[in-house]
Amino acid sequence: MNGSSMWEAVSGIIRRDLLLAMRRRSDAAMSVFFLVIVVSLFPLGVGPDPVVLRTIGPGVLWVAALLACLLSLSRVFTADYVDGALEQMVLVPQPLAVLVVGKVLAHWLISGLPVVLLSPLLGLQFGLSGESLGVLVMSLLLGTPTLSMIGAIGAALVLGVRGSGLLVALLVLPLYVPVLIFGAGAVTSSMAGIGGEANLSLLGACLVLSLFLAPWATAAALRIALE
Amino acid sequence: MSMDINWLKYSSPQAFYPLAGRLIPWFACVVVVLMGVGLYMGFFVAPTDFQQGEAYRIIFVHVPAAWMSMFLYVVMAVWAGIGMGLNARLSFMMAQAIAPTGAMFTFLALLTGAMWGKPTWGAWWVWDARLTSELILLFQYAGVMLLRTSIDDLRRADRASAVFALVGVVNVPIIYFSVQWWNTLHQGASVSMATGSKMASTMLTAMLLMTLAFWLYSIAVILARVRCIMVERESLPVWNEKSAVIQEAVEAR
Repeated sequence: MNGSSMWEAVSGIIRRDLLLAMRRRSDAAMSVFFLVIVVSLFPLGVGPDPVVLRTIGPGVLWVAALLACLLSLSRVFTADYVDGALEQMVLVPQPLAVLVVGKVLAHWLISGLPVVLLSPLLGLQFGLSGESLGVLVMSLLLGTPTLSMIGAIGAALVLGVRGSGLLVALLVLPLYVPVLIFGAGAVTSSMAGIGGEANLSLLGACLVLSLFLAPWATAAALRIALE
Repeated sequence: MSMDINWLKYSSPQAFYPLAGRLIPWFACVVVVLMGVGLYMGFFVAPTDFQQGEAYRIIFVHVPAAWMSMFLYVVMAVWAGIGMGLNARLSFMMAQAIAPTGAMFTFLALLTGAMWGKPTWGAWWVWDARLTSELILLFQYAGVMLLRTSIDDLRRADRASAVFALVGVVNVPIIYFSVQWWNTLHQGASVSMATGSKMASTMLTAMLLMTLAFWLYSIAVILARVRCIMVERESLPVWNEKSAVIQEAVEAR
């Protein structure tokens, strides 16, 4: 198996999933709208005090990004599982873990990247300053692919299981905790003036670790689901 | 060759079932003795702490429970890994039997921690790194058990929850090192392999006795539970210790 054929497989999967997403644009738009609505609810619930909003802003934005990712997880494998395309992917000569990387990257491009691009606007609603907005975007850029990677494991484990929507949340949310802590911590510490570099480095470490390990776990979970 | 025992024989549920039945009373007896001595030493012999007063004595339950909660998760993941690697039925049954006991110790550690935190910190609950990680550990135990019960097909349930247990094991070192990483309210560890203990020796003895007692308790309870799981899965009438009864039951089916 040479490298170029693996890359072709990955890029083929990404192209196909993006094309499918383009045909049904409302699906991708939904998680973005969800994010905006959830974030807008907090000032209504907590009150419009700018000091409070600035304090809770990073945490609220990160929790909302995490929930938006969670809600879109069912789209990663379910359609392919139902129409049988997933079984064909298992039979492809390229390793399943490599194909999983393509699926997860496509998922991130569809539901993670819009969140990253929209976050400065939402950060402004919470009164974050210029430098903190930059750290927020960086933290989401490093953190949301990790969320997609970890989430894919959960999505593969609950394929075709009754009550899978709730179950995947119970499985995946505890695993998201370190990413949430480091992500929101990066923004908070940059607002406190001590810089977010340490937390951003830890987020990068989480991303590398999940890129390395999660595809294997996801592939194992997919094989179990398809037995 | 009197020592020549075929240990792999016990990887079959039929052979392990009577062995587990014979071992349980021994473990149970030792647990009663160790726990009695450990609790007596902890509550009556160990000196009063000069800072925390009598309230600190909850640590003789709290610390062993917290250690067991993490240790049992790793043991569960190891059984799950062996089950995945060797495709052994008994390993999956062991992993299934460990989860409730691990969850119980996690809950016990959180509960006793809250009881200790109220007089010492002035709050039942604080969002300290260790407390939070222990809570997440409880969620992970719940996830393993819920995933298993949600899947009807036994083989898939075994393997799916094994994958989740193995993924979650990445979280256990984060729990252990969280004090160094986040360094918040929880007091640092008083017992460490590198520097030895900072506690009075009676305190340490009592705590280690309690740890040993909890460990043996876990073994006894897990063996009892794995016997129930075997009976349930093989859908046989409760196996008698005599193999002839098993044979009869199999033939009757």
